[in-house]
Amino acid sequence: MENQFKISSYCHVKQNKISLNGKVLFSVKPEESTFLKQAYKALNVNYSKFFKMDKLSQLAFLAADVLFQYENISEENQENIALVMGNKASSLDTDRKHQDSIQDKTSYYPSPAVFVYTLPNIMLGEISIKYKLYSENSFFVFENFKTNYFYNYAQSLIVDNKADKILCGWVNVDDEDYEAFLYLVTPNGDLQHTEQQINTLYNELWTL
Amino acid sequence: MDALKQELKESLVEQLNLEDITPAEIGDDDMLFGDGLGLDSIDALELIVMLDKTYGIKLTDPKQGRAIFESINTMSAYIAEHRTK
Repeated sequence: MENQFKISSYCHVKQNKISLNGKVLFSVKPEESTFLKQAYKALNVNYSKFFKMDKLSQLAFLAADVLFQYENISEENQENIALVMGNKASSLDTDRKHQDSIQDKTSYYPSPAVFVYTLPNIMLGEISIKYKLYSENSFFVFENFKTNYFYNYAQSLIVDNKADKILCGWVNVDDEDYEAFLYLVTPNGDLQHTEQQINTLYNELWTL
Repeated sequence: MDALKQELKESLVEQLNLEDITPAEIGDDDMLFGDGLGLDSIDALELIVMLDKTYGIKLTDPKQGRAIFESINTMSAYIAEHRTK
């Protein structure tokens, strides 16, 4: 399979830091609990629905928004950008909140606003709604980030002409632990779209 | 009634995560949906749960919500008349 595609930009979010192409874009002290809200304001995201999302969707949305702002991708462009993401904990963080709200049968008030996020692929919907993407999207749950799976899936979308660009990556939230690594596969860019390159970029997460 | 209206405005902002607005900015007659506060269908369901949990009012027909949740004035009037808590 000939690989003419590149990785044009990538974003990491971990330890209360957001980095774009390896450079820290925004950070707050590790003990700050309102990191995502502060990042939203600092990065001029300007999308009030952000505050209705669960932490998993906020994390994915923020990382995608950093890349799309950098790439000058807006809802007006109507680009054919596929979304391919995965994680380990699925929507467990929000599942627990929902479970808490239905645990006591004498006080049974499940929140619809929480319940709608008890699926991990909702994050793809949130990004698609904001950027008006009517494209292919897939979400996978794996024990660990599977480089070869994401690489092969993205390559097949390209070869089959299913997408012009692909936003790929890993967005995981489990209680206080969280991490996001997103990268944009495009026809142009400085980095080759190869398994080795994706691994190298993913591993930068642990040096943030 | 004024205390109930103030309570409702604070509940809306807190429970519906309306970060860009304060209770003081919500007018008694402001439309809550559509061009007003811009609440959506999930917010409507959340308000139905809030009526039940906080005021003991069970809406059996969600379509009733359209008139009840038109504004703070309509909500407070309905709650004042039907509350069991």
